[in-house]
Amino acid sequence: MTTMTLAKALNAGLRRALEADPRVLLLGEDIGTLGGVFRITEGLQAEHPGRVLDTPLAESGIVGTAVGLCLRGYRPVVEIQFDGFVFPAFDQLVSQVARLRSRSHGRLTVPLVVRIPYGGGIGAIEHHSESPEAYFAHTPGLKVVSPATPADAYWMIQQAIASDDPVIFFEPKRRYYERGDVDPDAVPAPLHAARVARPGTDATLLAYGPMVRTCLDAAEAAAAEGRDLEVIDLRSLAPLDEDVVVASVERTGRCIIVHEAPRTLGLGAELAARVQERCFYSLESPVLRVTGYDLPYPPAKAEHAYLPDVDRVLAAVDRSFAEEIR
Amino acid sequence: MNSPTDPGFVQLLTPDGRRVAHPDFAYPGDDASIAQHLRAMVLARRLDSEATALQRKGQLALWPPLLGQEAAQVGSVAAVGPRDEVIPSYRDHAVAIGMGVTPLELLRTFRGTDMVPWDSRALRCHLYSFVIGTQVLHATGLAMGMRLDGMVGNPDPDADGAAIVYFGDGATSQGDVNEAFVFAASYTAPLVFFCQNNQYAISVPSETQSRIPLYRRASGFGIPGVRVDGNDVLAVQAVTAWALDRARRGQGPTFIEAFTYRMGAHTTSDDPTKYRERAEEASWRERDPIGRVRAYLRSTGAIDDLWEGHLANEADALAEEVRAEVPALPDPDLADWFTRAYVRTPAGLLRQQAEFVAYEASVEEIA
Repeated sequence: MTTMTLAKALNAGLRRALEADPRVLLLGEDIGTLGGVFRITEGLQAEHPGRVLDTPLAESGIVGTAVGLCLRGYRPVVEIQFDGFVFPAFDQLVSQVARLRSRSHGRLTVPLVVRIPYGGGIGAIEHHSESPEAYFAHTPGLKVVSPATPADAYWMIQQAIASDDPVIFFEPKRRYYERGDVDPDAVPAPLHAARVARPGTDATLLAYGPMVRTCLDAAEAAAAEGRDLEVIDLRSLAPLDEDVVVASVERTGRCIIVHEAPRTLGLGAELAARVQERCFYSLESPVLRVTGYDLPYPPAKAEHAYLPDVDRVLAAVDRSFAEEIR
Repeated sequence: MNSPTDPGFVQLLTPDGRRVAHPDFAYPGDDASIAQHLRAMVLARRLDSEATALQRKGQLALWPPLLGQEAAQVGSVAAVGPRDEVIPSYRDHAVAIGMGVTPLELLRTFRGTDMVPWDSRALRCHLYSFVIGTQVLHATGLAMGMRLDGMVGNPDPDADGAAIVYFGDGATSQGDVNEAFVFAASYTAPLVFFCQNNQYAISVPSETQSRIPLYRRASGFGIPGVRVDGNDVLAVQAVTAWALDRARRGQGPTFIEAFTYRMGAHTTSDDPTKYRERAEEASWRERDPIGRVRAYLRSTGAIDDLWEGHLANEADALAEEVRAEVPALPDPDLADWFTRAYVRTPAGLLRQQAEFVAYEASVEEIA
């Protein structure tokens, strides 16, 4: 067991994947000599020259050539430098990567991983704080995951690389430097399984990526006031591990979904629909959402007001209980 | 600007069927192999006209005709070696057939009974692509992979391979295609960019895509560019063979502009009378890719009435086969498609499949 940051855990996971399979390649802007703008790939090019490639500055080119490398049997892991820069590659992802297996009647596979540092809270300028996960979770043919802890980061990146299906791997960049225990000898949970991050009895908080920590902090604060909240870390956004969510909400009778992305048609909309389909008679109050507002991401000095935080989560919890009284 | 008399223009067989010499390129085959090219072009044209007719009868959803581009396709695919990979666009029917795709496999795609049914890996002929230019990046990555796999510059040339990717004049405006030029040059990818400049992107003339001859764009990316008479099957094969050989030897990508003409419509949904003159079409009919080869082979005595009679019979048989088989193609069962999107199909999607199958069964019971 070692304690490391989420960033280091990703680095260690990538290193292990490179060592385990000679067909694994890393491609991206500045990932080689520099080690990536967040240093996630630091040192890997020196260890695996020829397999960690600094690419030209063209996101569609990175993803499109990675498709061709997949056709040769490689397992490319590409880095999109920031969330807001994935859109030049959007066509390649939704029209090509996601469809190639169907288009070829199942003959061709795209074992591609697209790593995307995402989310706000780091005081960045425009296009560096986006949460575009819903676009990809909405696209048949893609799988979408997001780790919240160093241990999950370490294992999930390796599992994503081992996946024969394309995986969009969202990294919670504001949590890169938070520390946690990583046991390289552990038996990891399946890639697409949700996790009970904190058991509780009174209400269920559903979160993923950067908001898991926020929800855990909210649960701590609520405990001090006598409310016992359960926090589910979804880990996988596509497919969703519905059974873990349903089991929790059936026990607690209340469900609050928390994400940074804008509210309308975000993951919360899908989760709320599924919860009401399967838990309707267990619900004590309406399913609520705590999310970013339906706005282009605001300037950095206003993001604290835009992003869900402990207080907004607790206010929603209060509302969930108040609804019962009304 | 886009005149065929540009100094880079490579031609080995004139429109009236005379062989001419070029300082850099020579056709490697004999009259028997030229006769095989004539056969391939005639059969491709017959399949094309039959497919257009089938669409008119409502048997195909759509057909993008290759009419006029037979030489560009037959000549280039003739240069493909046993370890090379082909990445076509969606009008490259003679290329696909040259790689072993069957006419019926092509037609299944355009009838809408399948997406792309052929085994692209076994045939070394990738899937058709319908989003303009996307496949050019795939080809670049594939070629990068071939280089990583040590398939270039070997002491034994039989161990070498390269990729050739097809696209049109319209595609050269796409970002993906320009990014592909950058990546291919940067990584010295063993790749031939084979651009069929058929003068129109649906209705928009190639002058709107580029103010300089397309082949000259390549030099800005550090890639050699050649313009070849795309209606001259001999020149196309000679230039493509040279470019593929360069790629296999590790000298990197080449851009070929095959200067040709889409004699038909963009697709069966198009109406070219709205955007081009009959005189222009007539001037290109004089440069027909098939007529000149026939004239040449007749002049040397390599083919005669008997030979042409056999070919006509073969074309008739192909047309008859296609006419009979296309209407009989079974519709796809949606139930099969639930397990094709993923290697590991998510449980929720399997539930949707079960839901669909149960619903269909319940509807059938009522009916």
